[in-house]
Amino acid sequence: MRATRFACVALMGVALAMVPRLALAQTAEQAQTIQQQIDQLRKEFGDRLAALEAQLAGIQGGQSGAGAPQTAPLPEVGQGGALSNSKVFNPDMAVIGDFLGASGRNEVNPSPALEMHESEASFQAVVDPYGRADFFVSFGEEGVELEEGFLTFTELPGKLLTRVGKMRAAFGKVNGLHNHVLPWTDRPLVINNLVGGEEGIDDAGISVARLLPAGPLFLEATGQVFRGDSGELFRSSKRGDLSYVGHLRAYHDITESTNVDLGASYSYGHNPAGIVGDVDIGRFTTKLFGTDVTLRWRPLTRAIYHQFVGRSEIIWSDRGQFGGRQRSMGYYASGDYQFARRWFVGGRYDRSEHADDAALLDKGASATLTYWPSEFSQVRGQYRHIDYADGPAANELLFQFQFSIGAHGAHPF
Amino acid sequence: MVIRTFKLILLLLLGVPVVASAQGKLNVVTTTEDLGAIAREVGGDKVAVTALARGYQDPHFVDPKPSFILAVSRADVLIVVGRELELGWLPPLLSSSRNSKIQPGAKGYLDASVNVRILEIPTGQITRAMGDVHPSGNPHYWLEPGNGRRIAQAIRDKLSENAPANAAYFAQRYADFDMRLAVAEKRWDATMAPYKGTKVVTYHRSWPNFMERFGLDVMGYVEPKPGIPPSPSHTLELIQDMKRQGVKLVVVEPYFDLKTPQAIANQVDGKVLVLAPSVGGTKEATDYIQLFEYDVNLLAGALKQVTGK
Repeated sequence: MRATRFACVALMGVALAMVPRLALAQTAEQAQTIQQQIDQLRKEFGDRLAALEAQLAGIQGGQSGAGAPQTAPLPEVGQGGALSNSKVFNPDMAVIGDFLGASGRNEVNPSPALEMHESEASFQAVVDPYGRADFFVSFGEEGVELEEGFLTFTELPGKLLTRVGKMRAAFGKVNGLHNHVLPWTDRPLVINNLVGGEEGIDDAGISVARLLPAGPLFLEATGQVFRGDSGELFRSSKRGDLSYVGHLRAYHDITESTNVDLGASYSYGHNPAGIVGDVDIGRFTTKLFGTDVTLRWRPLTRAIYHQFVGRSEIIWSDRGQFGGRQRSMGYYASGDYQFARRWFVGGRYDRSEHADDAALLDKGASATLTYWPSEFSQVRGQYRHIDYADGPAANELLFQFQFSIGAHGAHPF
Repeated sequence: MVIRTFKLILLLLLGVPVVASAQGKLNVVTTTEDLGAIAREVGGDKVAVTALARGYQDPHFVDPKPSFILAVSRADVLIVVGRELELGWLPPLLSSSRNSKIQPGAKGYLDASVNVRILEIPTGQITRAMGDVHPSGNPHYWLEPGNGRRIAQAIRDKLSENAPANAAYFAQRYADFDMRLAVAEKRWDATMAPYKGTKVVTYHRSWPNFMERFGLDVMGYVEPKPGIPPSPSHTLELIQDMKRQGVKLVVVEPYFDLKTPQAIANQVDGKVLVLAPSVGGTKEATDYIQLFEYDVNLLAGALKQVTGK
């Protein structure tokens, strides 16, 4: 009995002793929770304060402006991009103006004394994780034309570079270049006579290019299929009158300053020579073959002051027409040297037969002087002499102002 | 017949297998030698690093050569400086690379500028009348050891993301780099300490991070505006300012002509100093730490001459 009573008292004692301990434990747990909450709040507050201080420092630092001398601003930490979010998904947009003037005599192919030759608007952006789009719209003085508008797939298997849309064909060197990246105010005679002139091979189609394994040599094969309409060069009368372009490009760095670029091109399509009264009764075709070579020299430590680009293209045309096929040939060779940060001098020799009459041979020579006020504008003068086969010789002084606004994407090399 | 031949050639071309990537190593391509040097510090022998632009060329004006397309097409990781530095030459390389792994936003793409200290972020209206201004701030941020450390952290994380099995190795390599950099920083600070507050002139805005880090004050530039060649009126104005403020040192990058800086230095009885803005900018700047070792020692020597301290 005593033992039972003792046990009860002992149990009660233990229980009574446990109560404050339990209460204390609960209080400690609560205090720890509150402390954690305080710490968390303190950390969040500290982080936020640091971010706000960094923003303030960035604003204060930026107030000197990019054009003003630096006043040792406090830096901004971790700013991923300072551009406004509202513009993030807009494409890069730019407009390039090309103003041309001409004086002297040219009775065969005269150009206006003054003209706003072209205003090229470009819109370029990534479409989605699988591709990007590039649009180049050319505004002339009297009309608008989609010069190029294509989608490039960047995610295709097999390392294929595939484009669909309207594009300048990969035939030779000059055909693929926009006016504003030419080293002259005009295009060579062989391009005008045999490859469709300024418009050239520029058509709606599909392009597939692939790098071929060749060690350190860059070797790229391109195959293109077009609808078959490229000015006076190719004309499609039926859905099946497609035109084709094949191009093989080999590039090699001879030294870090000097490189050589070689190309071979082929093109085939129906021409308009057999069209009589909207009906293609002749069904004639044109085949073009071309080779091109470009040698560049640009010393890396003085890259902004000096460079030389030598370039040549030889093109053969095999054109079907009434009276039999005409086999014509032409070429140009040019050299352009940058002799100061803003100054370039160049020369070009032209020689080309006519595509529809190989007996007619045009010859010409040009000298250019170019001045770059900045990366975004240039002034060019060109003296041009042409001995036309079907008219009097031309002697002209051409001049050009080019200017660019906006974000025009860099051009391929 | 022609069409059939064309199709046959095309099929043959498309059927040729592509080049395999480097065995076992992560192929890392960087746009500059500075990023390449830091990637080597962190990646060690688990990475094969290719830097595109050389340290002695102006990183704003690099030709997007097809040989670069080859390098980028084989990359597992691409590390760029960002802040529009490569705007004139990287986009065509990316769009021709046929490599989805290293496109912006992909797992293999790293913009090294995301977590670094950026100076000269312009505010308000930005126009090209201000010269070749960078809307996202000065891109020459790697010229500050603290930023070098942050770049190394970002590279460690990116390499670990792409090669998780080597994460511990990259972490250990980073820790070692961090330690060596900290030791070197103490040495550089001591070397530059006597010259705190000294005013200098630089050719281009390549040095704000570097000069701020070592307490020097850039009071003017040889270029009237970023990317615009020196003009006679600006040069005369700069000479007057330098004479008034007693500034005697003109710092120039190796890819700029020395004629105008030398003329300015002659007028103020000062000195032209060609510093290396990048790893590889001079043969002594063989890695990231050696770049600062070279620049700090050269700069301190020149400052000693012109200040007499």
